Amino acid sequence: MLPYPILAFCLLLMWLLLNGFSWGHLVLGTLVAIFASWALASLRPDKPKLRKWWLVPKLFAVVFVDILRSNMAVAALILKGKRRPHTSGFLLLPLEIRDSTALALMAIILTSTPGSAWLEYDSRDGTVLLHVLDLIDEEQWIATIKHRYEALLLEIFA
Amino acid sequence: MIQPVSDLPLWAAIVVAVFLILGSALTLIGAIGFLRLPTFYERLHAPTLGTSWGVGGIMLASMIYFSVASSRPALHEILIGLFVTVTTPITFMLLARAALHRDRAENNGNVPEKHQHDLKDVEVVQGNPDEK
Repeated sequence: MLPYPILAFCLLLMWLLLNGFSWGHLVLGTLVAIFASWALASLRPDKPKLRKWWLVPKLFAVVFVDILRSNMAVAALILKGKRRPHTSGFLLLPLEIRDSTALALMAIILTSTPGSAWLEYDSRDGTVLLHVLDLIDEEQWIATIKHRYEALLLEIFA
Repeated sequence: MIQPVSDLPLWAAIVVAVFLILGSALTLIGAIGFLRLPTFYERLHAPTLGTSWGVGGIMLASMIYFSVASSRPALHEILIGLFVTVTTPITFMLLARAALHRDRAENNGNVPEKHQHDLKDVEVVQGNPDEK
């Protein structure tokens, strides 16, 4: 009856957040969630396999802190203006993740982090072209991304 | 029932003000960077300040203000943050890839070429215009 239980639950939660909680909205929201997940099932998307879902909060926490830190770093770079040396550059990042949901999450993480931009992904050799605003050490950037995010994503979607 | 702003407790007023100023300051800095950074690819980075902690700070301020003022949790702002975060990469990649395509097609030389196997594909179709 419910092909995507997590999606249905999130839809119900969203319905209740938007309309405020009442028993009537709980029933209506449940109906909407059930029909919406049937509609999605008829599109037959790849079903993401969450192996270690308990690592998801850890990933969110890491990303949350990193986004705050790089916000500050990029704001400082912009405020320094022309007094700073020109350090931006392109970076070719080889990725091991192939799962499309994990790749989408990786794109969201790298885009939301100011200072790194996801430009294009090549599915044939699994590399991403990034543009980095403050590129001082290429190897260190690659190691940081692979160690902090990709390792976690690989475990979650193993 | 929503109280007027002046009835807000002091701690809530301070927290709301801090988050509002943080969020709007980051959005403003992002806009300044968008105006002043020299190249297109550098300018791409600036608006993400507004879409990450810019929207995050304003969202948190709004959540705290309306939760305290109407004395019930107001959490639906989180949906704005969520959808902004999830949809930004789409327009972002569209713009970035359009710029990459233009720079490669015009041979501007400021972007890395595609990988070797892609170049071979291109050669088969239309030949390589700048063989050195």
